[in-house]
Amino acid sequence: MPQSHRLPRGGRIDRARPLHFTFNGQVIEAYAGDTVASALLANGVTLAGRSFKYHRPRGVMTHGSDEPNALLSVDRGPGRVDPNNRATIVEVTDGLKVASQNHWPSLEHDIGAVNDWLSPVFVAGFYYKTFMWPRAFWDKLYEPVIRAAAGLGVAPDAPDPDRYVHRHAHCDVLVVGAGPAGLAAALAAAQAGASVILADEQAEMGGSLLHDATSAIDGKPAGAWLDGALATLASLGNVTLLTRTTAFGYYNHNEIVLTQRVTDHLPSPASHLPRERLWQVRAKEVVLAAGAHERPLTFADNDRPGILLAESVRAYLNRYGVAPGRRIVFATSSASAYRAAADAHAAGLEVTLVDTRPESAIGPEKALARGLTHLTGHTVVGSTGRKAVTGLIVAPVSSDDIIGARRTLPCDAVGMSGGWTPSVHLFSQSRGKLAFRTDLDAFVPGMSVQQERSAGACAGIYDLAACLSDGWDKGSSAAGAHAERGFSVTPATATGFKPVRVLPTDTDPARQRAFLDFQNDVTAKDIRLAVREGFESVEHVKRYTTTGMATDQGKTSNMAALGILSEALDKPVPQVGTTTFRPPYTPVTFGAIIGSARGALFDPIRTAPLHEWAAAQGAQFENVALWRRAWYFPRPGEDMHAAVKRECRAVREGVGIFDASTLGKIEVVGPDAAEFLNRIYPNAWLKLEPGKCRYGLMLKEDGFVFDDGVVARIAPDRFHVTTTTGGAPRVLTHMEDYLQTEWPDLKVFVTSTTEQWAVIALQGPRARDVLAPLVDDIDLSPDAFPHMAIRTGHIHGVPTRLFRVSFTGELGFEINVPADYARAIWEALYAQGQAHGITPYGTEAMHVLRAERGFIIVGQETDGTVTPDDLGLSGMVSKAKPDFVGKRSLARPDMAVADRKQLVGLLSVDGRTLIDEGAQVVADTAQPIPMKMLGHVTSSYDSAACGRPIALALISGGRARIGETLFATTPAGFAPVTVVAPVFLDPEGARIHGHPEGGSHA
Amino acid sequence: MLLVTCPYCGARPEIEFHCGGEAHIARPTLPSATSDAEWADYLFTRTNPKGIHAERWLHSHGCGRWFNALRNTATDAFLVTYKMGETRPDLSTLPDAPKAGGR
Repeated sequence: MPQSHRLPRGGRIDRARPLHFTFNGQVIEAYAGDTVASALLANGVTLAGRSFKYHRPRGVMTHGSDEPNALLSVDRGPGRVDPNNRATIVEVTDGLKVASQNHWPSLEHDIGAVNDWLSPVFVAGFYYKTFMWPRAFWDKLYEPVIRAAAGLGVAPDAPDPDRYVHRHAHCDVLVVGAGPAGLAAALAAAQAGASVILADEQAEMGGSLLHDATSAIDGKPAGAWLDGALATLASLGNVTLLTRTTAFGYYNHNEIVLTQRVTDHLPSPASHLPRERLWQVRAKEVVLAAGAHERPLTFADNDRPGILLAESVRAYLNRYGVAPGRRIVFATSSASAYRAAADAHAAGLEVTLVDTRPESAIGPEKALARGLTHLTGHTVVGSTGRKAVTGLIVAPVSSDDIIGARRTLPCDAVGMSGGWTPSVHLFSQSRGKLAFRTDLDAFVPGMSVQQERSAGACAGIYDLAACLSDGWDKGSSAAGAHAERGFSVTPATATGFKPVRVLPTDTDPARQRAFLDFQNDVTAKDIRLAVREGFESVEHVKRYTTTGMATDQGKTSNMAALGILSEALDKPVPQVGTTTFRPPYTPVTFGAIIGSARGALFDPIRTAPLHEWAAAQGAQFENVALWRRAWYFPRPGEDMHAAVKRECRAVREGVGIFDASTLGKIEVVGPDAAEFLNRIYPNAWLKLEPGKCRYGLMLKEDGFVFDDGVVARIAPDRFHVTTTTGGAPRVLTHMEDYLQTEWPDLKVFVTSTTEQWAVIALQGPRARDVLAPLVDDIDLSPDAFPHMAIRTGHIHGVPTRLFRVSFTGELGFEINVPADYARAIWEALYAQGQAHGITPYGTEAMHVLRAERGFIIVGQETDGTVTPDDLGLSGMVSKAKPDFVGKRSLARPDMAVADRKQLVGLLSVDGRTLIDEGAQVVADTAQPIPMKMLGHVTSSYDSAACGRPIALALISGGRARIGETLFATTPAGFAPVTVVAPVFLDPEGARIHGHPEGGSHA
Repeated sequence: MLLVTCPYCGARPEIEFHCGGEAHIARPTLPSATSDAEWADYLFTRTNPKGIHAERWLHSHGCGRWFNALRNTATDAFLVTYKMGETRPDLSTLPDAPKAGGR
């Protein structure tokens, strides 16, 4: 029957606005203001899901974000399927589709429930104990089967069409939680003039006041007081109110991160709205008013659908106008459940109140039991029913735990209360130290580390009047005002309780299924088993039993588990300690975390000035650091291999054109510029004349190569430094570090000019022929403009720094022009080059060409452990200079040992096998495993010019091995390779003068 | 995220900075005069304290300047930041710096 359990009146729902949604395909009627949980209960649906491990039937247990049982998959359309949502916080919208999880074939008939019958087998540590052997079965059998069976909801597989945004905010006072303490804190702070952000995870602010039908605050009913407080806050310009906003992480220096659910509750959200907004708030002061979580009672079969927390029963009655049952038994060790029982009685329900405490321990709350069946000094030993509770089995218990005769109290709902646990999650995340209070049987905030204070129930204060005045006090002091204010509340809140661990029982505790952690299916006996098996640390017991490790972070269960652990270890709770609280407080969507950093915005992409030209030519691109670089330019019908081969041949025989603009460029200027470079680079710079270039390796202080490049002296006080594409930022940082911290006396400026200069490399024997017609103020003749020279002038009317350098081994120029002119100059050169067969080439051809000549690439031939001498470049290291960065380390004995890995060339003996880059090299394939690795292949290409594959490698004592045969790993086994010098073409370097006949290639 | 006070720019979020390790480790004026052990000490040995640590920071996504900071490694509280070349501040003479970090 629709809404069979809706009370005829009452609640904050809007009965004038009926809504419909589906649960497992069944249409459910609800009202605006309902959560999925309240609507399911209103329709008598108690079975909401199957548990994680044992597939036990479970129903709604709570009314908030601590819900461990009712986890649903929510479907808002294609790409908007979200698993593991708590039914207690999903607001009903018209047309919403929700479904229960973790069952097959259906919620009612679940094959997985066999696990429950097998539960004696599935003890704590089951997987660790069972699937150890045989080892080979793990990867192929055990793990896939376990993974398929584990987990709750199913992850969505379509792209998320929604938008998520991040917002940064600052405030004087951030108040987390808008229950009575948080509202009072926000009011006090706001009236003191502070800028305030008040955030609450629920759809409505008010916390416990939303279901308080009896209290009067300062003479007004709680609901009216709440309306007044919210109206006041909303009227203040210095207050930001955020509902549906969970503060989930407390980070350093008072940064609190909140996630705001903006549109999920809207039936047709405006298109400009993001689905969620992540707030990163930097607050001068924080007031934590996060409230407290009610604890379940631990007794056999305490997890049947229909067994709720007592305060949650009260919330469903008063806030949603829903009776979770018609005949309700409240079982409690706590005074607060008396108010719930009284409210249920007032709603016309049949109510029995069972108190585990003896008559003598019951305080003034006893008055609330008037008119109810009231059993004191009773324990709960079990429940009846299968997919819904039908009865609670209770028995009298004496002070020395003698159990009397059982009786079953028939019921269709149970409200249980084992007392309260302050929500200290955020306080603990802030690194505050917890203190244990025996009277509350709970940890409360102790010493603060950051600028925060806890107010109300999260600080262990449960009396409403005290919560309000504590909130006011904390809000006022957070704003620096220190104004006190009292609140009068009638009637007084019923507080006080007697902590209980596992309720006394007359059955074997080792056989009973008394759940602690409902979401991860951890029972009291699992904790005891862990202790028997030798676990003592609370952190180890947590991981072994998985208690508290579900997405609810054990909000309802942690203290119960800790209490049982304390009993089993016979150590007081403070000595056992508590596990670490970590963000997020409740699950956060990946969308909210990544915000706009997806698709094209996932990682910034840098494109060189000639990117569009290359793209228009059909270039394929590769990623180099953040850059997209033209990789090769395939012609129709060409694969990469054919294209690269053609591009290489063009450079060797005619002329190629290459976009080298991504090279890092740093302008080093000042009277001490030469002295500075002399200290930074291992070679000599003082005597380099303006107009000349020099290649330099750059070392770190440890003596290892970390960058390289050509440096040109433009003028006595001005150098044009080039770096590798990926290394530009770290080279600049390295230079700045030395200038600012070691040699502040040097008068030098260093400035990145990477994006100011475009670099067009023109390489090949015809390069000068292409260039000459476009340049009239620079003498390009070989004598006037030799290799490794730099000239300034104009090309096609555009100012240029023209380098005569070569990374290919051919006659070459690198034409630096202001980036805005790059396209025009490139196109002019390209047009001019048509007569010479000019060919654009990409980074792959560039790699092949440089490897043929044995030129290194930092990061490929080096890995942070390679010295200049290892590369065969000890000639680049000055012996005369008294000091340079890295010099002292090169003098360490280890830098001179003979078996250091040295750069050599490798040629496969068969002349055909292309060795993989990264392949390991050994001397003897018959040696036992693990073999002695001599080194690895750093570069490997099929070289058209050499007519065979070539490779560079770092090999232990490599230079002494030239001529030897070694063996490189290949997917097919070992391939014999001959060690050669690391240069495969034109060892004399004659080709840079533009004489193609000087080479040896076919 | 840490809030780091650049002596030139003011308080900025951590992502604008790089930490450059322990401060006040001067490069030997003539490295070739050091023994292997002394040089290794300069290169690698750091105090790694639990508590107050003098360390170098670079405002890399800001003014580009290096500066020094005293940070409590146990609480991540920054006690003071100061310019390169200035001597390490004496905490007992700082008027407002929290001594233990935080409050």
